[in-house]
Amino acid sequence: MDELKFIPTGDNGIIIEVGKEINKETNKKIRALIYCLQNEEVNFAEIIEMIPTYTTIMLIYDPTIIKYKDLVAKLSKIEEKIEETILPPAKVVHVPVVYGGAYGPDLLNVAKHNQLTEKEVIQLHCSNQYLIYMLGFTPGFPYLGGMKEKIATPRLEIPRQTIPAGSVGIAGNQTGIYPIDSPGGWQLIGRTPLKLFDPERSPVVLFQAGDYIQFEPITEEEYKRIEGASRVGEYQVKESLMEGRVNHV
Amino acid sequence: MSSILVVNAGLLTTLQDGGRWGYQQFGIPVAGAMDRYGLELGNLLVGNSRHEVGLEFTYIGPTIKFLDKTSFAITGGDFQPQLNDKKVKMYQTLYANKGDILKFSNPIKGCRGYLTVAGGFDVEVVMGSKSTYLRGGFGGFKGRKLKEGDIIPIQQIPLNQKPTTKIIPVDMIPQYENSKTIRVILGPELDRFHKKGIETFLKETYKLSNQWDRMGYRLEGEKIQHLDGADIISGGINLGAIQVPGDGKPIIMMADHQTTGGYTKIANVISVDLPYLAQMKPGDEINFKSVSLEEAHQLLRKQETKIVDLQNRFNEKDRVISGSANASMRIFNITVKGKEYQVIVEERE
Repeated sequence: MDELKFIPTGDNGIIIEVGKEINKETNKKIRALIYCLQNEEVNFAEIIEMIPTYTTIMLIYDPTIIKYKDLVAKLSKIEEKIEETILPPAKVVHVPVVYGGAYGPDLLNVAKHNQLTEKEVIQLHCSNQYLIYMLGFTPGFPYLGGMKEKIATPRLEIPRQTIPAGSVGIAGNQTGIYPIDSPGGWQLIGRTPLKLFDPERSPVVLFQAGDYIQFEPITEEEYKRIEGASRVGEYQVKESLMEGRVNHV
Repeated sequence: MSSILVVNAGLLTTLQDGGRWGYQQFGIPVAGAMDRYGLELGNLLVGNSRHEVGLEFTYIGPTIKFLDKTSFAITGGDFQPQLNDKKVKMYQTLYANKGDILKFSNPIKGCRGYLTVAGGFDVEVVMGSKSTYLRGGFGGFKGRKLKEGDIIPIQQIPLNQKPTTKIIPVDMIPQYENSKTIRVILGPELDRFHKKGIETFLKETYKLSNQWDRMGYRLEGEKIQHLDGADIISGGINLGAIQVPGDGKPIIMMADHQTTGGYTKIANVISVDLPYLAQMKPGDEINFKSVSLEEAHQLLRKQETKIVDLQNRFNEKDRVISGSANASMRIFNITVKGKEYQVIVEERE
């Protein structure tokens, strides 16, 4: 395994560089490192935040209680433990989506661009479990990996002013979900009734980095039913564990 | 329950505390006071915890009516505060009676002011913080900036915890300038910049543009040269990070900054200089100076010690003077040789 690289970012931040490229291996190492740090939380009281991203973790620490080089020394010791860490199986969050129509006005675009039928696009979009590499950009926005090249489509030439929360889109070879109403240029193929971000709820976001997303096609009626049930807190988001797999690093 | 009435909201007045920590991993910005040092001093003056919520106002101050007797303080930029049309001092504990009106003029120094009240404002804690995050529409008062007619409740404090009069020592009051050297720690993506680019960054003077909000400051000035493009794989962004996108003009990440981003970062402003940056406005000039991590830590620890010492002194004063439940305080406005004075008499049992 490559050695971790530590780089200061300001006087209270450290970037831990775990890898150079976006891939599942690097993501596993990041997850393992965070898992170890969480398990030893009592020994790391000076750490205020841990932000996992594609290839790095950013730590925010309290420099009034520890020196940078002492913290780096402590973190380096954890590095040895990563190898023998057995991570709990990854969580799969099932995200119901109504595809096409008013919910996914660009589904036909995506189909035409790739010489597929709309049905084939939906099938391909639901055929994979997508790894959540990181959350960022807006509250609860998941950066997903693993979309099939066959449905890759460039962004819209003119971005939309407002995209409703829950919209599922494609931009290049990425797919994603908009957690809150925002402007954007993604090709919208559907919408989920799940609220990805709700400041009133605990947990406030549905996903964590390292989880997987499984999209599941639903009808408009089901969309309305789930939306209504979610509003009164009666909808249980479906979750499962990655099939028969324990994620060794 | 005590409260204040917003008679006029000013330009951008929000509730902000020490920030919403621990949620950046979910893409949720920290928010909080832009000038945290100013907010902290204000809180100490009214006997609050350092990171309690206060009112942050920008460029044009609000007009506030106190609906009850209230102990308060004003810190941050100098907006020449007036209570019932009489000038009052900043950086000391002040008292308002029911119906008193607090007004501000244009800032003569800095551009962000803080109003703190004893007990703090009584708004819902969202994810561990009372800070308003404007883009997300949550926290603070209804997730938005204040407007005319808003009534903000104040957290009731026990009678025997009424704060005594306190004054911030002169050497702890920051002097805000229109031109300032801001100290930075170089990196984390220093290796992505041309040697000349780094030289430019440290030598040239940059001007704060009018793209200037709680999220970030865009600067105008000499282009900073990259080695090979401005994009990196998206990673975490710290408060005070200085991103340089493709156009070579730096952007400084402020309180509401996004949690992740894909532009190269040439440097990061050190913690003790962030409050000075928070007080700068469009047209102000910035020079960057590189310091070592050790130096930044020393400066921060020195400041931290000063704040904690002051807090202890203030607490001791409160304990001695108003420790008794019968302690009371009377305020007199007197005129001596044509000059107005506010005299506060603190009585012990």
